Amino acid sequence: MIDKIVAGMAEAMAGVADGAVVLVGGFGAVGQPDALIEGLLEQGARDLTIVANNAGGGEGGLSRLMRHGRVRKLVCSFPRSNTGPTIFDELYRAGKIELEIVPQGTLAERMRAAGAGIPAFFTPTGYGTQLTEGKESREIAGRPCVLEHALFGDLALVEAWAADRWGNLTYRQSGRNFNPVMATAARLTVVQSQHVVALGALDPEAIVTPGIYVDRVVHVPYGDPQI
Amino acid sequence: MQESKPLARTAMAARLARDIPDGWAVNLGIGIPTLVADYVPVEREVLFHSENGILGMGPAPPPEAIEPWLINAGKQHVTLRTGGSYFHHADSFAMIRGGHLDLCVLGAFEVAENGDIANWATGGNETAPAVGGAMDLAAGAKQLWAIMEHTTKDGRARLVRRCSYPLTALGVVRRVYTNLGVFDITERGFVVRELIEGLRLPEAQARSAATLLAD
Repeated sequence: MIDKIVAGMAEAMAGVADGAVVLVGGFGAVGQPDALIEGLLEQGARDLTIVANNAGGGEGGLSRLMRHGRVRKLVCSFPRSNTGPTIFDELYRAGKIELEIVPQGTLAERMRAAGAGIPAFFTPTGYGTQLTEGKESREIAGRPCVLEHALFGDLALVEAWAADRWGNLTYRQSGRNFNPVMATAARLTVVQSQHVVALGALDPEAIVTPGIYVDRVVHVPYGDPQI
Repeated sequence: MQESKPLARTAMAARLARDIPDGWAVNLGIGIPTLVADYVPVEREVLFHSENGILGMGPAPPPEAIEPWLINAGKQHVTLRTGGSYFHHADSFAMIRGGHLDLCVLGAFEVAENGDIANWATGGNETAPAVGGAMDLAAGAKQLWAIMEHTTKDGRARLVRRCSYPLTALGVVRRVYTNLGVFDITERGFVVRELIEGLRLPEAQARSAATLLAD
């Protein structure tokens, strides 16, 4: 019998090693798996590379992980918050965190490629800009392109709306964002889901992430994202 | 001679909105571009795309109707129009990169006469750089229009021969809307399509750092 539902956060985070590359879903606060981030903090892994679209805002979520000195490097497209200065800003100014800026679509595609067995790809995005300096480039079909490599995670933290015990997932509105892509790109994919439903309750036509990508599911009736 | 009055940001957005035809799929960047949606009449069916996975995005909801899970690229609450859809980030940027959007409108620090755009960094080291989806949008949309004030607050020209700020993309801007007029980018450089009422070409030229050619 396949049952990916785990009883608690300790079980969900078991085995995460120091130095792990962690893919964290979400676009701002929406779709960001805050309970799992909290679980990772409790679990204690250090020296992490976090891959996320943003750098956290306020005091919760990614900010807490950074505040506790667990993050060595951030890979993201937009490390800026609507809610004012962040813990990330503070660490960045003090030279205490590394930053790799990646164009948002390239970030998504690098993880899609990782999940799809494509080791690298050429894209026109970023050609001739500071962000692709030193990267291999080639003109393809008359268009200059740069070579981008697949981005794998050791761990993906995903927020879903509904999950079943096979790990099939659906998402909520724009909370989907990076979550389905990250779910495919990590060696261990852990999901927090607002709802856990019986096998068969999710419409097969509407399942966004088939369970094959998912390793563990924690039921976290978490409430609405705080914007 | 009549005194010309530069357009307010909302008037700039309204001017650009007039040029978006029915049926187009359009991505609006953060800032002035976001205002454009307010000036496209509802009966004109324009599909607004938001890079965080929305096609058919509608205006901001009244406070009592906010959907907490539904935000735009600027992380403001929005709505979904009837017929709208959700998708994940890789699909969203496949739409962008794959040339499926008719138009992207971006704000800018500078636009050059060769179509280069600089809109993501000013080169200062104090704050971390942040690019978001700008480079993908600039490289991928069928056409790119920029919308920005014609000069900086201290009077420096933003229509330039070559950008001095870090580039977002090379040779992609087709048209620029400013508070002084509308300028097409052609093989010959900036061509004036329209100037605001009372403004003459030499005056617009004096506030530009690239040649403005008469239509």
